[in-house]
Amino acid sequence: MTASTLSDSIDILHVSKRYAQQGGAPLAVLDDISLRVRAGEFVSVLGSSGCGKSTLLRLIAGLDTDYSGDIVVAGDKVRDTSLERGIVFQDHRLFPWLTASQNILAALRNAPLSAREKREAVAEHIALVGLKGFENAYPHQLSGGMAQRVAIARGLVNRPRVLLLDEPFGALDALTRGRLQNELQRIWEHERITMILVTHDVDEALYLGERVVTMAPRPGRIKRIVDVALPRPRERNDPRFIRLRDEVLADFAEQDGTRREPQEDRDDDRPNGGTRVPVASPPITEWRLAW
Amino acid sequence: MSLALFKRSSQSQQSADASCDCGAPASFRRAAQPRRPLLTRVDWRGAVLPVIAIVIWWAVSEAHVVKSGLLVSPAQVLATAWQQIESGALLKALSASLAREASGFVIGTLGGLLLGSALGFSRLATRMVGPSFDTFKQISLFAWIPLISVWFGLGDAAKVVFLSLAALLPVTAHTCDGIHAVPRAYIEVARAFRYSRWQLIRAVILPAALPSIFTGIYLALIYSWLATLGAEYLLVAGSGIGNTLIDGSEQFRMDLVLFGVIVVGVTGWALNALARAVERAIFARRFQSATR
Repeated sequence: MTASTLSDSIDILHVSKRYAQQGGAPLAVLDDISLRVRAGEFVSVLGSSGCGKSTLLRLIAGLDTDYSGDIVVAGDKVRDTSLERGIVFQDHRLFPWLTASQNILAALRNAPLSAREKREAVAEHIALVGLKGFENAYPHQLSGGMAQRVAIARGLVNRPRVLLLDEPFGALDALTRGRLQNELQRIWEHERITMILVTHDVDEALYLGERVVTMAPRPGRIKRIVDVALPRPRERNDPRFIRLRDEVLADFAEQDGTRREPQEDRDDDRPNGGTRVPVASPPITEWRLAW
Repeated sequence: MSLALFKRSSQSQQSADASCDCGAPASFRRAAQPRRPLLTRVDWRGAVLPVIAIVIWWAVSEAHVVKSGLLVSPAQVLATAWQQIESGALLKALSASLAREASGFVIGTLGGLLLGSALGFSRLATRMVGPSFDTFKQISLFAWIPLISVWFGLGDAAKVVFLSLAALLPVTAHTCDGIHAVPRAYIEVARAFRYSRWQLIRAVILPAALPSIFTGIYLALIYSWLATLGAEYLLVAGSGIGNTLIDGSEQFRMDLVLFGVIVVGVTGWALNALARAVERAIFARRFQSATR
């Protein structure tokens, strides 16, 4: 495609955000988040609902500027939105009064291109997301997957150096999701711009990301960063992939799995066969049947 | 009621999740679709009830069951109609009414668009003017007649003021609400693309609010036509179709009254059809749901 697809690095330095609550202590949404994303890297941010990952993405995009700490993109502090930072939302947010190509063209309104160049860029990106023939379709005539693809094309048409994706496939069915994950991977390999994908799907995070950043909720903080050093395209049945997935899932299970220790104690007891009650066993009122 | 008349073709609303580049439906390439002939396009079943009613009316009047001068036969109404049309009285009355309605509608709509936009875009204006306007809105339109008749008399000026008021209220309310109801999601998208305030208004807020604004204007058209009749009853100076009705009832000429009613009904229907045609022209294919 073009000779230079530039991308930017992102430095998130000790970012914290809190919401003032009515009649109570402020609610900490993000707590001291620090992360360095290399230029051209694909990072997945993984967490359950309410862990602040979408908030973090909005801060990087510049849609929200009320936080402490710094977000630096390619050496410049983020103060507001920018055409250099594209964003794709969970709901496609296409304007219903415009066709697919008009929606993509709307993103170019403030781009320093001539009308002809804009038209060419739109056609190029429609083809990139595989929607040739649907240029004149209105959003209500498109399926969810197709509309989201238009949204991705719209996010890319300004040739941003960073693309932020906020659970872009969350509203789609599983089959379409798989297909679009492949599309996104193909696009990333083609464009090689920095991408940050926020998701709650472990498989998606591991499939697409070079690194997976796990976040814990209340307050939102980074739990762990996992390096996914597997060749692309990744095999979901690859034993290494499965091992990584178990490792990442274990992170989330730990948050509510306090029953693990007592069971292990009981196992240890059996060889002795005595009547000694293990110290960590829960009281009888809290025993739960296995079925 | 006349939904069948305006059934949209569903061909262009198929959605297929094609991941291949081929196979896009022809409708997305802006092909024209042929229209079926009038005989099959219109649902003639809707005409059955009116026809039966007219037949019964004619039968009753022919049989002289009711011995009152107040029941006139359809033939008499037709004769009166013909006389009115021929003498040019209908044209005079209808054109007077419509001219007033048009002026009131235009003045009220323009004023309403301005006021509604001001209220929509300025939070300060909403806080300051909003409560007064909401209260004002609740006052029944006809309560203004005494005040208007004292200030403007009983002639055309007073009627146009009244009609402008009737049109102003719905346009203002719907314009303001339409602007306030633009989803934050679209505004964030515009922010992501660095739209200036003017670009935001022109490219996002106005198109998003347009259905609501159009609803307001449509209601203004209906209300101003209804108010035209009311104005002619209550501000009796001048000529108009309402005056034809009043004259008929004063002279106990039921044929004239019925004729007037029919004319009013047909005019209302025509205005409605005009509004629908404009709606289809503006909103064709863009929105899935019809506004009415």
